[in-house]
Amino acid sequence: MSLYNPFLLTDKTILVTGASSGIGKAIAIECSKMGANVIITGRDQNRLKETFSLLQGEGNLQLIADFSTTEGINSFVEKLPDLNGVVHAAGIIKRLPLKFINEKALNELMQTNLYAPALLTQQLYKKKKLIDKSSIVFISSIAASFSSIGNIMYMASKGALNSLCKGIAFELSRNGIRVNSVLPGMVQTNLTKVITEQEIQDDIKRYPLGRYGKPEEIAYAAVYLLSDTTQWMTGSLLTIDGGITLR
Amino acid sequence: MQERFISLFKETLEMEGKNVQPGDLFREYEEWDSMGQLSLIAMIDEEYDVVIEGKKFQEIQTIAQLVEAIELEKTK
Ligand SMILES: NC(=O)c1ccc[n+]([C@@H]2O[C@H](COP(=O)([O-])OP(=O)(O)OC[C@H]3O[C@@H](n4cnc5c(N)ncnc54)[C@H](OP(=O)(O)O)[C@@H]3O)[C@@H](O)[C@H]2O)c1
Repeated sequence: MSLYNPFLLTDKTILVTGASSGIGKAIAIECSKMGANVIITGRDQNRLKETFSLLQGEGNLQLIADFSTTEGINSFVEKLPDLNGVVHAAGIIKRLPLKFINEKALNELMQTNLYAPALLTQQLYKKKKLIDKSSIVFISSIAASFSSIGNIMYMASKGALNSLCKGIAFELSRNGIRVNSVLPGMVQTNLTKVITEQEIQDDIKRYPLGRYGKPEEIAYAAVYLLSDTTQWMTGSLLTIDGGITLR
Repeated sequence: MQERFISLFKETLEMEGKNVQPGDLFREYEEWDSMGQLSLIAMIDEEYDVVIEGKKFQEIQTIAQLVEAIELEKTK
């Protein structure tokens, strides 16, 4: 007899963007362990291959794609099968104080963190790749409303992503498609390697639960949102941050 | 180069009117903090098209060493 587990993703096909590194990578691996067929995507072939080698099961697929242009997004969607779920984990960060923000940096951040998930979701919907009762998950950030040094552009991109999530959730509820976001606090990945070890140690002290998060701890939330347990949940912003925003 | 850098440095850390010398340990200025550091790195990127990587930046102590590091990167 198998154990009761309402969170299984057996026979679901799940697309994970940003799967070549960090949080997206952990999400792809956990989804495969929960029985899903996972389609992983990223720009870097070697890193994507590495994630692919860690996936369980036989029905997985890896596709290189660059979301920095609309054409890149559109041609990617053409290659996809029908999906039961999507996790948007591709994202970038750039810290610049107000005096140094500029149009180019803003465009880059907004393109990857906001326009790409918006246009990818639109294309998936228009091309009818999202089957009934499918689940869309955006990996946002507590930075949407929690300030830190020089993080203006990233904060703005994630704040807008939260609003996008609610807007799409409302519109797609007619189709039984649910749309939710996960808002992590600091999780150690390539994205966070831009600060020094000393700064990391000082920052960790501010976390009520005493440490940064692990990529898997975000992945489990994505599994929850993709599973059939959350059929009545949409437009939610789920914070997972070791308590830092309690301060 | 050094003169221009010091003037940009003062502007970035909002230290106009203060005495800044090449041998100064800039981390000891009361104006120095993580925002100042981020601003300085951004200024160097913008003005000199040089990105000083975090670890290397931690090893730099004086203004003169900063100028040296920029010049070294420039000749690469
Ligand atoms: N780490 C944290 O502390 C933290 C906290 C809160 C929220 N988040 C969010 O979590 C998500 C994942 O972050 P992470 O920490 O896992 O970062 P990461 O390790 O740097 O991974 C970022 C991923 O995004 C992909 N990507 C970036 N630009 C892309 C583009 N133009 N087209 C296609 N793929 C692109 C990268 O692919 P390639 O490397 O193959 O190019 C990589 O797989 C991001 O949305 C981030 O904002 C992270």
